[in-house]
Amino acid sequence: MADERVALQLVINGRLVRGDVEPRTLLAYYLRDELGLTGTHVGCDTSQCGACTVLLDGLAVKSCTVLAVQADGCRVTTVEGLASGGHLHPVQRAFQEEHGLQCGFCTPGAMMLAAWLVEQEPHADERAIREALDGLICRCTGYENIVRAIQRAQALSEASEEPGLQRAEGGRGR
Amino acid sequence: MSQAVLGARVQRKEDARLVRGRGRYTDDIRLPGMLYAGVVRSPYAHARIRAIDTRALEKLDGVVRVYTGQDLKGRLGSIPTAWIPPDSDLKTVEHPALAYDKVRYVGDGVALVVATSRGVLEDALEAIRVDYEPLPAVYDQLAAMKQGAPQLHQDAPQNVALHWRAGTDTEDAFRRADVVVRRTFRQQRLIPNPMEPRCAVAQYDEATGELTVWATTQNPHIHRFLMANILGMPEHKLRVVAQDVGGGFGSKIACYPDEVLVGYAARDLRAPVKWTETRSEHFLVTTHGRDHVDEVELAGTKDGRILAVRVRAYANLGAYLSTAGPGVPTILFGLIVNGAYDIEAASSEVYGIFTNTTPVDAYRGAGRPEATYLIERMIDSYAREIGMDPVEVRRRNLVKKDQFPYTNPFGLTYDSGDYHQTLDLALKTLDYDALRQEQAALRQQGKYLGIGFSTYVEMCGLGPSQVAGAVGFQGGLWESALVRVHPTGKVTVFTGASPHGQGEETTFAQIVADRLGVPLDDIEVVHGDTDRISMGWGTYGSRTTAVGGGALALAADRVVAKAKRLAAHMLEVPEAAVEFEQGRFYPEGDRRRGVSLQEVTLQAYLAWNLPSDLEPGLEASAFYDPTNFTYPFGTHVAVVSVDAETGEVRLLRYLAVDDCGPVINPMIVEGQVHGGVVQGIGQALFEGARYDQDGQLLTASFLDYAMPKARSLPRLETLHTVTPSPHNPLGVKGVGETGTIASTPAVVNAVMDALSPLGITDLPMPLSPPVVWEAIQAARQSGGVS
Ligand code: FES
Ligand code: FES
Repeated sequence: MADERVALQLVINGRLVRGDVEPRTLLAYYLRDELGLTGTHVGCDTSQCGACTVLLDGLAVKSCTVLAVQADGCRVTTVEGLASGGHLHPVQRAFQEEHGLQCGFCTPGAMMLAAWLVEQEPHADERAIREALDGLICRCTGYENIVRAIQRAQALSEASEEPGLQRAEGGRGR
Repeated sequence: MSQAVLGARVQRKEDARLVRGRGRYTDDIRLPGMLYAGVVRSPYAHARIRAIDTRALEKLDGVVRVYTGQDLKGRLGSIPTAWIPPDSDLKTVEHPALAYDKVRYVGDGVALVVATSRGVLEDALEAIRVDYEPLPAVYDQLAAMKQGAPQLHQDAPQNVALHWRAGTDTEDAFRRADVVVRRTFRQQRLIPNPMEPRCAVAQYDEATGELTVWATTQNPHIHRFLMANILGMPEHKLRVVAQDVGGGFGSKIACYPDEVLVGYAARDLRAPVKWTETRSEHFLVTTHGRDHVDEVELAGTKDGRILAVRVRAYANLGAYLSTAGPGVPTILFGLIVNGAYDIEAASSEVYGIFTNTTPVDAYRGAGRPEATYLIERMIDSYAREIGMDPVEVRRRNLVKKDQFPYTNPFGLTYDSGDYHQTLDLALKTLDYDALRQEQAALRQQGKYLGIGFSTYVEMCGLGPSQVAGAVGFQGGLWESALVRVHPTGKVTVFTGASPHGQGEETTFAQIVADRLGVPLDDIEVVHGDTDRISMGWGTYGSRTTAVGGGALALAADRVVAKAKRLAAHMLEVPEAAVEFEQGRFYPEGDRRRGVSLQEVTLQAYLAWNLPSDLEPGLEASAFYDPTNFTYPFGTHVAVVSVDAETGEVRLLRYLAVDDCGPVINPMIVEGQVHGGVVQGIGQALFEGARYDQDGQLLTASFLDYAMPKARSLPRLETLHTVTPSPHNPLGVKGVGETGTIASTPAVVNAVMDALSPLGITDLPMPLSPPVVWEAIQAARQSGGVS
């Protein structure tokens, strides 16, 4: 059982990746253990904390709820793929400027969720942002500065030419 | 460098890696040939181990080794506590890394399995069969003290781990009192839940005999100190490293069996071994916090003067004594139950009790939130009893500005403060009178608005080592710093503190930038590695900036002092005639001639022409031992509405006015306040561990244990006053725990204020909708006004 492996192929942070995994391997562990993309964190085993959030075909998903094999043929963006061409994504800048992180452990997931939110609902108000953060547990910030960071990311994204996320995904159109 | 670096909203240096996903958390480590370890844990709260059957593992490919408690007995020392409060008759019971005869809580480890992959490990952990003989269990501290209760440890009759007293005689004050208020409060058990689960990776070098343990710890040197002993190996051959640590809140202070086992296995198997806690494991085995039953009495006059307060506390310590466990409900709680108030007589008596539950240790605030909750709730109860505004009662009893340094009835000396100023600022910011009018108007409409205060003081900046010794802490509480200026003028700073989210890589760089006049970008702060830092006591008790920062300031000043001697030599003027400003040395009153610190540094290393009594090189270290604790304080106010139909409490406003002395980085300080406040709100409204009769933890996942979420919180408002501490080099007081200490009683006081028309005076935390709703129903039925 343990040595039965399944082949898969996906595009991670704009790069084609081919590999094989044990069928039970979760995407979060595939990213961390097999690919060394340790920016994606695992904070729980009941799909509640959101530290493992990545973009799967542009959608924010908890990578601990997806088997690696389910992501076969998909595009995955992790925190490592958020910046592009040496430029931080507006969400990364905003988290830094608004002190939206302390220990940094929930941060990759928080930022992926934020990146998705800023793209999907660029004008979400504070209430909507707080509700969208329901899938995230942060023990450090009290969420105050995460909310402020998302608001700032909205402003930064609006000011920049291209929506940040598409830039991060290599200029892909929707 | 401009003077503006201290007190500036400088962006954090650590964020550069953290926002890129390039943090270096322990679980990110992967070493060639690394094995995975897991612990088989007891499903029973109390049981005898009859047998452990590992035969099924023989069929599993990739299982490297299984260790049981019996295998390790005698090979590993007991996991010790590091806090032995004096005159408390503490029962320092054995705590084996793996239980070998009896398990004492759900989660107690009975075997360690080492496998070649995560997958094999999971299969192996399931395949092991342990035969238990279940024993009666007890999870509640009051029940555990009763005659006939199940006994956890032979050496602790009636499960009493400690009995400790402090304070003055209060009898006379109680005799003179017009009013005596009595209350019993339960401060529920909390689960710290930093978002990073604990983890340890160990690697043994056979050739050198060196063992390296990367671990999620708040205090790597304490870990090394304890683990060297437990593992029976020389301290200088053990290296403990904490790189990025994803939050701790006290739960990563303790030395746990897990990291000891990983170290043991790596040494025994001559292979790197990793253990990573699952969140489910975290709920069961990482130390919990609080869990007190407190009987409190307050004596006062009818015109609002408090004469005395006395407390009897029953603290649940769990199944074993954790590293700081015995110190939390005694020293960190019992010495400050008078809070921020000038009360002539006060006493505390504490029982620490063993139960069949997860060991209890520090959780953000550690003892001081419990003390603050008591006194702040008592103030409101007393105010109601004598029909006085709780703000007025506070005003009449707060220690006054001209009373500092103020010695409390337990002998603590509060360093400095202007408590009334924070209260006044809070009232003005809120427009208190208008708020009370609004409340009255809403009450007319049958709506419940409540305003709750907490005027707290905290003892932190732990602390003078002499005092540490006197109160039974088995370590020092000074801190070390080394400032090394490299030949090119770049600076590396080594600190014995071990920040894990608090941002000291930035604040410490600010301190050094200010002292040396070098740019922030030229300074690197190194922490969390026992091989790179000679010694340190770590990060907890809001001590890092006050004590670690103090050490750093002293070390930086020593660097400047040495550089100044060389500068005088270079400028050919007497040392006394050299001025240092913004990174340059000048002859007194002559700004045209001067040498930069960078130029002086280069000469110090070249050593071609030094004064005859000056050694080459430029670095200095300091071991700073503070002369007192620091005492931050402030006023927090919560405004809530209670929906009588659903029992739901809504936080409408939360205002924190804190005084933690001079602020080095306001952005970071506000962040600390936000996080702390929300953790305290969590206790008031959402969080609480619950056990069933058999000692099973019912709240063992994020599904059942309600963590605060963004949607339940209002915008947090923060303000500051600045009263420096007179006794440390930076005047700073610490801000890591203030929010948690202050906010729980502020919120509960607000809810009780809202419900006061119904005659409701106290409810058990967390104030969840069912608790509040039922109380409202009961009050209405018993004829309370609606
Ligand atoms: S690790 Fe995926 S939700 Fe917690
Ligand atoms: S920053 Fe630490 S958990 Fe969010």
